[in-house]
Amino acid sequence: MSGPFRLDGGAVDRSRTLAFRFDGRSLTGHPGDTLASALLANGVRLVGRSFKYHRPRGVFTAGSEEPNALVELRSDAHREPNTRATVTELFDGLEAWSQNYRGSLRRDLLAVNDLIAPFLSAGFYYKTFMWPKSFWEKVYEPAIRASAGLGRLSGEADPDSYDKGFLHCDLLIVGAGPAGLAAALAAGRGGARVILADEDFVMGGRLTAETHEVNGRSGADWAAEAVRELASMDRVRLLPRTTVTGAWDHGIYGALERRTDHLAGSNGKPRQILWRIYSRRAILAAGATERPIAFGGNDRPGVMLAGAVRAYANRFAVGAGKRVGLFTNNDDGWRTAADLARKGVSVAAVIDVRDREPAAEVPGARIVTGGRVTATRGRHGLKGVTLANGERLALDCLAVSGGWNPNVHLTCHHGGRPVWREEIAAFAPGDGRPGGMAVAGAAGGAFTTAAALAEGHRAAVEALGGLGLSAAAGEPPGASDEAVEAAPFWHVRESRGRAWLDLQNDVTVKDVEQAHREGFRSVEHLKRYTTLGMATDQGKTANVGALAIMAEQTGRSIAETGTTMFRPPYTPVPIGAFAGRSRGREFQPSRLTPSHDWAARRGAVFVEAGLWLRAQWFPQAGETHWRQSVDREVRQTRGSVGICDVTTLGKIDIQGRDAQEFLNRIYSNGFATLAVGKVRYGLMLREDGMAYDDGTTARLGETHFVMTTTTVNAVLVFRNMEFARQCLWPGLDVHLISATEQWAQFAVAGPNSRALLRKVVDPEHDISNEAFPFMACGEVGVCGGAPGRLFRISFSGELAYEVAVPARYGEALMEALMAAGEEFGAVAYGTEALGVMRVEKGHAAANELNGQTTARMLGMQRMVSKRKDCIGNVLSERPEMNRGDGLELMGFRPVDRSEPLAAGAHFLAPGAEAVTENDEGWMTSVAWSPELGHSIGLGFIRNGHARIGETVRAWDGVRGRDVAVEIVPAHFLDPDGERLRG
Amino acid sequence: MLIDHPLLGPRDEAEFVILGDAGLIDRPDWQAEDAAQLFHDYLHLRDNPAGEHRELWFHEQGDRSWLVVTRNTLTHEIVRVELARDVAIARGRDR
Amino acid sequence: MRYSALQILRQGLTGNRGWKPVWREPEPKPHYDIVIVGGGGHGLATAYYLAARHGLTNVAVLEKGWLGSGNVGRNTTIVRSNYLLPGNEPFYELSMKLWEGLEQDLNYNAMVSQRGIINLYHSDGQRDAAARRGNAMILAGADAVLLDREAVRKKCPFLDFDNERFPIMGGLWQPRGGTVRHDAVAWGYARGADRQGVDLIQNCEVTGFDIRSGVCRGVETARGTIGADRVAVCVAGSSGRVMGYAGLRLPIESHVLQAFVSEGLKPAIPGVLTFGAGHFYISQSDKGGLVFGGDIDGYNSYAQRGNLPALEHVCEGGMALMPMIGRARVLRIWGGLVDMSMDGSPFIDRTPIDGLFFNGGWNYGGFKATPASGYCYAHLIATGAPHPVAAEMRLDRFERGAPIDERGAGAQPNLH
Repeated sequence: MSGPFRLDGGAVDRSRTLAFRFDGRSLTGHPGDTLASALLANGVRLVGRSFKYHRPRGVFTAGSEEPNALVELRSDAHREPNTRATVTELFDGLEAWSQNYRGSLRRDLLAVNDLIAPFLSAGFYYKTFMWPKSFWEKVYEPAIRASAGLGRLSGEADPDSYDKGFLHCDLLIVGAGPAGLAAALAAGRGGARVILADEDFVMGGRLTAETHEVNGRSGADWAAEAVRELASMDRVRLLPRTTVTGAWDHGIYGALERRTDHLAGSNGKPRQILWRIYSRRAILAAGATERPIAFGGNDRPGVMLAGAVRAYANRFAVGAGKRVGLFTNNDDGWRTAADLARKGVSVAAVIDVRDREPAAEVPGARIVTGGRVTATRGRHGLKGVTLANGERLALDCLAVSGGWNPNVHLTCHHGGRPVWREEIAAFAPGDGRPGGMAVAGAAGGAFTTAAALAEGHRAAVEALGGLGLSAAAGEPPGASDEAVEAAPFWHVRESRGRAWLDLQNDVTVKDVEQAHREGFRSVEHLKRYTTLGMATDQGKTANVGALAIMAEQTGRSIAETGTTMFRPPYTPVPIGAFAGRSRGREFQPSRLTPSHDWAARRGAVFVEAGLWLRAQWFPQAGETHWRQSVDREVRQTRGSVGICDVTTLGKIDIQGRDAQEFLNRIYSNGFATLAVGKVRYGLMLREDGMAYDDGTTARLGETHFVMTTTTVNAVLVFRNMEFARQCLWPGLDVHLISATEQWAQFAVAGPNSRALLRKVVDPEHDISNEAFPFMACGEVGVCGGAPGRLFRISFSGELAYEVAVPARYGEALMEALMAAGEEFGAVAYGTEALGVMRVEKGHAAANELNGQTTARMLGMQRMVSKRKDCIGNVLSERPEMNRGDGLELMGFRPVDRSEPLAAGAHFLAPGAEAVTENDEGWMTSVAWSPELGHSIGLGFIRNGHARIGETVRAWDGVRGRDVAVEIVPAHFLDPDGERLRG
Repeated sequence: MLIDHPLLGPRDEAEFVILGDAGLIDRPDWQAEDAAQLFHDYLHLRDNPAGEHRELWFHEQGDRSWLVVTRNTLTHEIVRVELARDVAIARGRDR
Repeated sequence: MRYSALQILRQGLTGNRGWKPVWREPEPKPHYDIVIVGGGGHGLATAYYLAARHGLTNVAVLEKGWLGSGNVGRNTTIVRSNYLLPGNEPFYELSMKLWEGLEQDLNYNAMVSQRGIINLYHSDGQRDAAARRGNAMILAGADAVLLDREAVRKKCPFLDFDNERFPIMGGLWQPRGGTVRHDAVAWGYARGADRQGVDLIQNCEVTGFDIRSGVCRGVETARGTIGADRVAVCVAGSSGRVMGYAGLRLPIESHVLQAFVSEGLKPAIPGVLTFGAGHFYISQSDKGGLVFGGDIDGYNSYAQRGNLPALEHVCEGGMALMPMIGRARVLRIWGGLVDMSMDGSPFIDRTPIDGLFFNGGWNYGGFKATPASGYCYAHLIATGAPHPVAAEMRLDRFERGAPIDERGAGAQPNLH
């Protein structure tokens, strides 16, 4: 037997003993225990501290609604704060610590808050801490923050993994209590694909905790048998330890399955699985949650919900106390007394607020009808209570029942509002439920087992009918219990002490009264002003009581007072579970170029671009700084020849009789006259007239074009072109295929590029300057017959080509190019060298084509044809986009050539004050030009072309720099383009 | 959400990219006298209804069809899904 | 009733029975000088500044639900003035300065907490953009510091600096950025307006405008017609619906933006962090909850709820950035109804209808703008001229070709 409070019977496996530690203390329990039941069995009553006043707290419930018994579970990087002891399955070696105190749990220094509680009432912090002004961040807030919060994160990366899964079913049943099991049996027998999910590790719901019978046997046995039958059905999937946390659109439910939380370690397996369940129908059979009664000192460890005390006795074989009292407003509370007495627990008293005959015989108990508990005593655990009649009773546990609230949460996830039902004195599901969802059992307000079984069965039969399945579902099971009577009763007015509503956030009846007094009377104002229901338990045991008290205050009914919305998740879900495997390297897919492995072997440094990893530069032995590598790559390319993998540029294959006309409308410049075998540079506008992408398009045949886009915009350009094709001009004969990943493409640039390619391109192709001039293109064979495409285009400004082969030959071609280039000293160059060369040539790239710039700003206004219809043409003429004094793309060089430049600097006139009004533009891109021997930059500046030669300041206040620069044309090298035509 | 693709059946919303109001199909005539005004209104102004909304979705992770989805913005209920190309042709768009 | 530590002491000693209502609950009068439609943060701030700065107190704020029931109580509470463009940055910097004096101004502690905001960058291009932005901020009188990787590490050692996809290179830090207790802003402005005589009328939905000969002369409401010389609409996500009553179409779409709060935790995160490569931002509330969010779902919606893909995407960003939060649990998820505009920037302007003013298009950034929005809107309504820092926030800017497009995404609201 583990612990002095262990009883006989129950569903724990006494044949095995599990050792665990709580706050360092070694204790034992059994399989079948939760951490909470094991703690209670060992007589541990003080388990935590409340949020605000740091009041002592004990186990309050036996389920996921627990407000008090929160622990830090496991150690080091596995530490899991705010874990509910009531749903934590005990395992051998479990370690848990109480939380939210300074000092020790028994002597919490922050309990001083409780002594000054009168000054910490609802919303006190809105009314003070304002003087002196600077003290908020420095003094008050840090103190508040340190005292608030609950458990601690480990501060280390979560060492566990999480999976995501997708399930499809005809019928999802949420909750495996009597209603859920009856529904699953009926639907399973009827042949439906069923998923039955329950948050508990044992299916059966309240049947596991009650003593009444189903079909003539114990409810727990019937449930176990039902689960066995369901497990044998092929089309039924049982998901224990699985909480359905949210109802999303179109029958999609999110569910969290805890796979290894009940084990000592996850052992490399996923800790939890986030299921996305696609259902045609759903039945909510989530049961009900008991609610307390508010009275003075009702927060002491030992004051518990009556149904929980019953569950601990019947299921876990634990007496929550040695001398238990009952305080109830309904017959259900009497069941707890009867069950405890049957289990041999001493029931000292039953106090019923109703003035009527006892609902059951409880031997040896003091029976007080029409009674009230007004106060409690006991510092770290209940020692006794005082009744309204002055009587004092010695008790170590007071089981409280204020009635039951249906678990309507999922019915509200699409904006449905629960409705108040007077006859059950509770909120029940209202209209606006998620489509396809039915409710059965206690979740719908049917509080007897018999009704739950019948409703579950009926809901399943109806679902089968709706799904077009035959309903050979059999008869519903029957149960022995009968309806209970309850009288709404919310709080004991005779109490003078504070009466708690929200145990975790320390919201008392007085706080609600004060909120009313101050005008925070709508339910949402109440919640937000007092923090009611905002704690980790989401107010599951607190909200309705508080509403009732607000209703009393305003003189309105509860129905008129209304209720707050329930939103996902039903119970809190780890962030890691929502993220699944998408973290670290797997956060986003990595797209690799055909020469990636080749580059990696050469020690390339990679950079992210549009999910691609591109080689940024290729360091060689002896190079200690990236500039050394980049300068070498630029010099060698401009001096001889360099090779760069440009596969990442978007490639779109365009075919059809109207392909040319289509291109003419996609590009802002004319494409109506491009000859076969030629390439043209094109500029694309958005429909709002802003420039957004550029690239080249090659005409390979009469009806066949190949377009390149920038790396980053490849997806967007393709999407927009498909939009134009399908939605704007569906009559054009044109088809598009994204071919980015199908073709490997390499730039071969530099004065020796032709000589190099001559060795790689098959000899029957004439690639001389005459036969294959600048802007020529064609299909060629390479390396002895491999299919290839050759384009004579240049981004570097040198004589240059791009050669493409099917992606599978990409790495081989890279090796062939490098081998052929050996005699020329060919280098592989990365994106940095590419960037340097394009800045030297004044080509716009992402920093200039950032979606905020016009063709005019880029100096490309002549590329917007006014003689045709094309995307963006009309709106590019809007007046503010065509001001004479607008920003223009220019080159910049430091007046003192030794000064480096920095992108992001703003341009100011010499002597101008650094204020927004004087801002004349900004530097977009900079590079150190090996050829010129100094820094150069591109940037937008007002009226730039008229100011060539003028000196302005590249002001970079955020980095504390201010450099005099001269405005120059954007082409730093070979402005007439002689090299690329050579 | 699930979108019942006319060719492929129900597909998860994650496979799609949404553009917005299906009115973007009705691109004005660039040679109209008031083309500037027409294009401004076409591109920028929205009915933005609280209720049924016809909108363009692109099956980017699928068959690359543009779809016109009629969806209620208050409930997210989808009442109709059409191929945008069919809609465009029906609205008189051609070459 | 003036709030102070002394007052708390006095009330605490007498059982907290002496507190007075924060606002009156008046019946609407038949006519006001100015009617403000929308009792959210912006509407209440507008009313407050009309009274406090312009002496206009014959003003009513009409709210269809409860005060502050809109986005002012449904956001991630971040305040910052780290904008790029001259049409925006001076406005947001004015807002920041108003935040800095707000509590003393209102005699209400809204917990303006300037613990700083860091926008992380992960590439040279992003660093250049951060520098450009930081410089624009300083030019507008704001504060900005460009942090390198080690400086970020010092502040936030728990970040995944060597994330194999997006290693952290540094960040743009605005030390004056931070968070504000959102509900308290609504309550503070409401109390301030009420104390100056403004009528705050809850449960009073506007169902139409009284427009005659092109002049707006009042509103129709659930509680009858209310006359007004000037009607000022600021209803955020409901802009399309409400302005539709006046026959106006707007460059605005209504979208859902989800946001998330974790269970309470001991202090773990200083200030606000924004993950440039992953659509994720996070801060920690005074109560200890991690407050985080990311991109909008992308589809038009008035349902105030989103779906799993956007939610999972945000959490993926979070785990990529700071894998220590894996075991923290998401406690609440909610969807805000946001008024996304065609360039991602707002409007504070007159309309073609005389006497009818419009304030909207706040996208997902309306909260931080609350003080300046109210201040500039009040200025426009009272004087007839736009406040200089809001002079670009015009409805006709798309016709003129002068969008304020911070992201460079063009006229597609779900990309901003």
